[in-house]
Amino acid sequence: MISRPNQKIMRSTILVVAFISGFAIMTVELLGGRVLSPYFGSSVYVWGSLITIFMLSLSIGYLVGGKLSTRNPSLRFYAFFFIIAAIFILPVIQFADGIMEQIFLLVEDPRYGSLLAAACMYFLPICFLGMISPYSIRLLVEHEHHSGHIAGQLYFVSTLGSALGTLATSFYFVLWFDVDQILWGVIVALLLSATAVLLVYNLPTKSAARDRVSV
Amino acid sequence: MKLNRFGICSLRRACLLLASLFGGLITTSFAAGAETIHEERSLYRDITVVQTGPRRCLIFNVRIGDRNQTCVDIDKPEKLVFSYTRMSFAGLLLMPEPKRILVAGLGGGSIPMTLTDLFPDAYIDVLEIDAAVFNVAKQYFFYQENENMKVHVMDARIFIKRAAMSNVQYDYIVLDAFTGDYIPEHLLTREFLLEVKQILSPDGVLVANTFSTSALYDHESVTYQSVYGEFFNFKMPASGNRIIITNLKGLPERGELIAQAQQLSERLEKYDIQILDYPNRMSTAVDWDMSRRVLTDQFSPANLLRDNR
Repeated sequence: MISRPNQKIMRSTILVVAFISGFAIMTVELLGGRVLSPYFGSSVYVWGSLITIFMLSLSIGYLVGGKLSTRNPSLRFYAFFFIIAAIFILPVIQFADGIMEQIFLLVEDPRYGSLLAAACMYFLPICFLGMISPYSIRLLVEHEHHSGHIAGQLYFVSTLGSALGTLATSFYFVLWFDVDQILWGVIVALLLSATAVLLVYNLPTKSAARDRVSV
Repeated sequence: MKLNRFGICSLRRACLLLASLFGGLITTSFAAGAETIHEERSLYRDITVVQTGPRRCLIFNVRIGDRNQTCVDIDKPEKLVFSYTRMSFAGLLLMPEPKRILVAGLGGGSIPMTLTDLFPDAYIDVLEIDAAVFNVAKQYFFYQENENMKVHVMDARIFIKRAAMSNVQYDYIVLDAFTGDYIPEHLLTREFLLEVKQILSPDGVLVANTFSTSALYDHESVTYQSVYGEFFNFKMPASGNRIIITNLKGLPERGELIAQAQQLSERLEKYDIQILDYPNRMSTAVDWDMSRRVLTDQFSPANLLRDNR
């Protein structure tokens, strides 16, 4: 049987980490403009490239995350999305210059250059962040009849996170920190989210939490 | 503290925006006889061409209260109307006969037109990100390309990075891409200035039109200093602009500047450039806050710093 307090903790944890993932996506996207501008300028097509790649990555992430949620959904598996996304953000800090320099040499047209650079750097991390949403819904839904309600709540927190991530990054973070410092902040936030999820998974009545989700 | 300052600033900007929205009609007819002869919305900005008597002006984003970008007297198009435009020729005191010239930022084209008139044999590359500005310059501001002078419609950072890779160098570089409503933040950074340094010839001169008020003045000053060391800080009382003039081989003494000004003054008279007044206004004294952060590709919130005191 499910123990109620645990279930409550799990629900709120999932909503909080979904908020953080939404926040992270838009922070990384906004900084993408900064990362690309030394090589591809700050023209409207640079934003076009970034938004295209982010939307494409998210759409594929939703598809794959939804599919994965049909096979033994568990909090432990869920935590991996955060860890892998965090790991894939690392190259944006460590290798961005090398990647963009190669593309700059290879592709003359800054439109396709920025598109390719955005794809190389952001496809993987954003794809994994995209998997979080449908998987969260699967973990939260208990009955068919409230699935729409749960999905609404999940979209609410993650999109609210995106809104606040956009605002905080563009208004304040860029004024207070280096781009790389903010990206490290995102990585830490994602790893803390994974830790929180794993802690809930390992709560004393863990069998209950695990049973709940592997129905 | 920071939050407060920003709150007030953005409130003030919001009020200004509202006021100018309501006052839109008044703005467009701000002077008796002013006539809007062209309006265009480009990818980057709203472009308006206004004429008052013989004076024709290019204005970006008139609705949010931008000042004139550039003006021309259509009866005497060779005269330079704006003080900062004339000031950008002070670089000639350090490099009187440039062979290769780069101008980042076309505007109405008065700087490149004057340069090609002065040095018909010099190769001039002009960078302008906005194709619409290029067309307006040709149609309304007498801008004409010739076989030695070409406009490249592209981001200055990209052009300069490619020029550095192919070891192209310029004797005279004018950076004038920073006016208007939005500052291209990637053109203010230390990394960008290092790329510009690579394409500056050993005897060449760099002339940059920069911000003279707000925290940005300090940030830009320390950034230029970190890349070029000492530079001439050039301000005129009539102008709100500050021009940075520097080179690689070391700045000349004031005596040399005055001697050069005397040689040039006659040639520059027809453009209204009072070059004889310039040497005394070019100073190497530090009048900025040295503790400000250098702007880098990692840290360049120029559009936020502009409102910061």
